[in-house]
Amino acid sequence: MGKTKVRKMLFILSKATIENVYAAFIMANGARMEGIESEIFFTFFGLEAIQKKKLEHLHVATVGNPAMHIPTMLGGLPGMEALATKMMKKEMEKLDMPPVSEFLEILSDSGCKLWACKLAVEMFHLEEKDLIDDLDGILTIGDFYNRADEENTQMLFV
Amino acid sequence: MEKTYLDSIIKINDEGYLTDFTQWTREIGEEIAKEQEIEMTDKHWEVIDYIHDKYKKEEALSIRGIKKSGVINIKEFYQLFPGGPLKKATLIAGIPKPKSCI
Repeated sequence: MGKTKVRKMLFILSKATIENVYAAFIMANGARMEGIESEIFFTFFGLEAIQKKKLEHLHVATVGNPAMHIPTMLGGLPGMEALATKMMKKEMEKLDMPPVSEFLEILSDSGCKLWACKLAVEMFHLEEKDLIDDLDGILTIGDFYNRADEENTQMLFV
Repeated sequence: MEKTYLDSIIKINDEGYLTDFTQWTREIGEEIAKEQEIEMTDKHWEVIDYIHDKYKKEEALSIRGIKKSGVINIKEFYQLFPGGPLKKATLIAGIPKPKSCI
């Protein structure tokens, strides 16, 4: 097997909708599985995915999401997001995709570094105890850029 | 493609995975491991046994499955097979590379 040219993948997760969170998690985990280093920087709404109280309650977006194929006004009805989320989670379970908390454990055990954005943590008045125990730390964007300062490193905004 | 391991001609694909599991032996697994710079220990073989068991039952391999396996935890798995553990472990085990994204 050839040596991979991409050595490190860095992800910035800025959203809390299930589809975005899983996209970042699957790519970060997939990198580790290929022998590539990976890290995730959780910022703005992405922080919901590492807040103990919120991470199991993430939703799929039913409004402003044309791929849902339902009229936007219907998507806004009460219970619509919950219903769509329930359906999606059922499909994900079928494919053996782990729930958010378990996925975070897998990522951390696989050596994927998990960072919270300092500015966003302050903005949402969060404390370390609100965030998952597996978190590797709270960083400024400058700190995160320093972690990218290596050859064959890619950075992706989700 | 073909490759010779310990005087036996073994059928492999372009990534080096065995295409005929019946040709696999523990000694060949050991040789493939050496090429990957992995020194096989009892713990490694326990993992390979688990992988063979899953393969025989036609159950898909995933990192989540490893977590639940009771054989090894994910941290150890990455330590034993550095640089893509499931990829390397299946290569050594003589079975196809897993196609799953998780």
